[in-house]
Amino acid sequence: MKWKEILIRYGELSLKGRNRNHFVRKLRNNIKGAMSDLKSIQLRAERDRMFLVAEEESDMQKAIERLPYIFGIQSFSPVAMCEADLDAIKEKALEVVGTEETSGKTFKVEIKRADKTFPYVTAELQQALGGHVLHHYPELVVQMKKPDILLHVDIRKEGAFLTSKVYKGAGGMPVGSNGHSLLMLSGGIDSPVAGYLLMKRGVSIDAIHFASPPYTSELAKQKVMDLTEKLCSFGAPVRLHVIPFTELQQAIVQQVPDNLSMTTTRRMMLQIADKVREEIGALALVTGESLGQVASQTLESLTAINEVTSTPILRPLIAMDKLDIIELSERIGTYETSIRPYEDCCTIFTPSNPKTKPKLEKVHRFESFFDFQPLIEEAVRNREVIEVWRQHEKDDFEDLL
Amino acid sequence: MIYFDNSSTTRPDDSVLESFIAANMKYYANPASLHVLGREAEALLKRSKEQMLKLVDNESGEVILTSGGTEANNLAILGIAEAYSSRGNHVITTQIEHPSIMNACRKLEEIGFEVDYLTVDAEGLISIEELEKKLRKDTILVSIMHVNNEIGTIQPIRQCADLIKKSSRAVFHSDCVQSFGKLPVSMESLGLDAVTISAHKMNGLKNSGALLLKKNVTPQAINFGGGQENGLRSGTVSVPNAVAMAKAMRISTIQEERADYREWRNLLMDACSLYENIRILSPQYGAPHILSISFKSINGEVAVNYFQEQGIIISTSSACSSKNKSVGHVIEAIGLENKFKNGVIRVSFGNTNTKDEIDEFINVLKRFMELIERGM
Repeated sequence: MKWKEILIRYGELSLKGRNRNHFVRKLRNNIKGAMSDLKSIQLRAERDRMFLVAEEESDMQKAIERLPYIFGIQSFSPVAMCEADLDAIKEKALEVVGTEETSGKTFKVEIKRADKTFPYVTAELQQALGGHVLHHYPELVVQMKKPDILLHVDIRKEGAFLTSKVYKGAGGMPVGSNGHSLLMLSGGIDSPVAGYLLMKRGVSIDAIHFASPPYTSELAKQKVMDLTEKLCSFGAPVRLHVIPFTELQQAIVQQVPDNLSMTTTRRMMLQIADKVREEIGALALVTGESLGQVASQTLESLTAINEVTSTPILRPLIAMDKLDIIELSERIGTYETSIRPYEDCCTIFTPSNPKTKPKLEKVHRFESFFDFQPLIEEAVRNREVIEVWRQHEKDDFEDLL
Repeated sequence: MIYFDNSSTTRPDDSVLESFIAANMKYYANPASLHVLGREAEALLKRSKEQMLKLVDNESGEVILTSGGTEANNLAILGIAEAYSSRGNHVITTQIEHPSIMNACRKLEEIGFEVDYLTVDAEGLISIEELEKKLRKDTILVSIMHVNNEIGTIQPIRQCADLIKKSSRAVFHSDCVQSFGKLPVSMESLGLDAVTISAHKMNGLKNSGALLLKKNVTPQAINFGGGQENGLRSGTVSVPNAVAMAKAMRISTIQEERADYREWRNLLMDACSLYENIRILSPQYGAPHILSISFKSINGEVAVNYFQEQGIIISTSSACSSKNKSVGHVIEAIGLENKFKNGVIRVSFGNTNTKDEIDEFINVLKRFMELIERGM
């Protein structure tokens, strides 16, 4: 079966009023970005839907594989095309229905006759096509309400367009249509999920990661790059800022007693993140924090850490259970990467009994003995910025297999 | 030399050798290692396995890489019986299985399992009725080879699967070493839970095989070590071997049986049927690449030697038992008359053979028959 084009439906977007064009433009750009390596793909946006056309059959297949991950798409359908001629349409209809599992299924033909010069009226056409399909697939049962297979035929000037499949899209809103944020990406299970949820609401993100070489390895960094790449697959590029954190971390260990070092570490990280956020013009910080999971995630701890900034900190996972977070990370494909067992900067100097209810005045007192600001600024300045755009599988393996 | 012993082993395909060398040079790291090279090797291993599973229509399943068909069969029989022994202790197999199944079953009997060996008719076919009678509530494993290695009988696997699924909870395993690449082997459409394959029978490398398992079928380990392959086959995994096997599988996978082999086999069968002193042992609708015949009152070895002198390599019934002077269990099972028992030879095709070679074989056969008929 050769598909002529893919019909993309917007869903939530079509509810938007005057801003709709802005959303559609974003979506169009995101789809283009996700398909940037597929040379033969063309996009045509209309008011409440978009069409994707590909010259190459293989590009078409890849597009069908990638579309379900792009936010802002409600559903999509590959469409076949033929001449606007009854016999041709009949034949095509059989082909299209043939791509479906038919045994024990219900069925209906739906006609849209945009080209009024077409010689048959809708009812005639419906009967002729339905009869033809049923003749060849006698196992099908006609059902008007909620049929399993809905054969949709659209008769336009350029020809007849037929479709029967409806693939579910990722929903949500086009990434970038709702502002920009900076995601604190640790390499664990939670933070990529937090990023995903924000992206789903249309927020585009940069990611920031703290590395403490030589305590943390290149592999830990690679892991975060891989996670960033995964996030890119939801329809928008994600830039990664890697912060050299070793010096600062050593200073903290020297200056601050063990049981408060975790609190101070987080405060320093947040200050660095906030500075980066300002530089890149993002409006909020995003973290994967979830209440009660670890010592730094009690309300007291969060208050102490949060004190260093007035920037909104979005915590989409704050009330989620760990198991639900894991389930979601499996579903979006980040889990496998997240569980790779490398040390990260949060695990190398873990104190044995961090305070779950740190006293703010104590934190202030210990931090006042040392000027952390120069180190913070240096870390921001010396960060490595990596442009991770979906690296389409470069396939060394293919030749071997 | 004309090589007609492809059922015992095949010549590795050039492209398989190339992949093997390339994988050895670039992806030699231990896939269990944490470092970057280990991870690359692991990724390649994963891809190889995915390809294997896809080729047998079992994408959600598992692959346990082994040292070959024998180990895979051992793991299937001993490992599955052990793993499901809480459900029962009854196992069913056939009288004409490969020794790696036979001897594993004998081992099971020694440790307290009950094994039924299905009988076969003169063409090596089991009977569905007998299987039905033998299936019990406590049957935990049924192992029936897809294609017999000595005479090429194709067993009705799908029918067996339907019956087994209907009247028991047994795991259904099939030794598909001889069928893969010659007949379609889809675990989905054959209804199999576990399949054994071996790379060197399909132009891959020796010492490389696999047990392919449906999701949720988990044998117990029969070797112990570092816990590789989910603990089911410890020992450093050879990524290059896996790559080479995945490639061999890909280039030999077929959707329908090999029609050219079928045609050659028919030509040979027609030629053989001209002689009263030849008995054709392979069934008419046996595997397309195996023809087993027997000469009356002549030792198979004599024929092998004569053909070799004339430039054609054939074998006696099976290479695995050729050093053994006594009559093989398959030949006994099909109830061949005494005069024919010792004269069995097997001709088996592979992708290096041509139609001309078939014609040549027929010529040599003709000379051989003239010779022995004069002597008789």
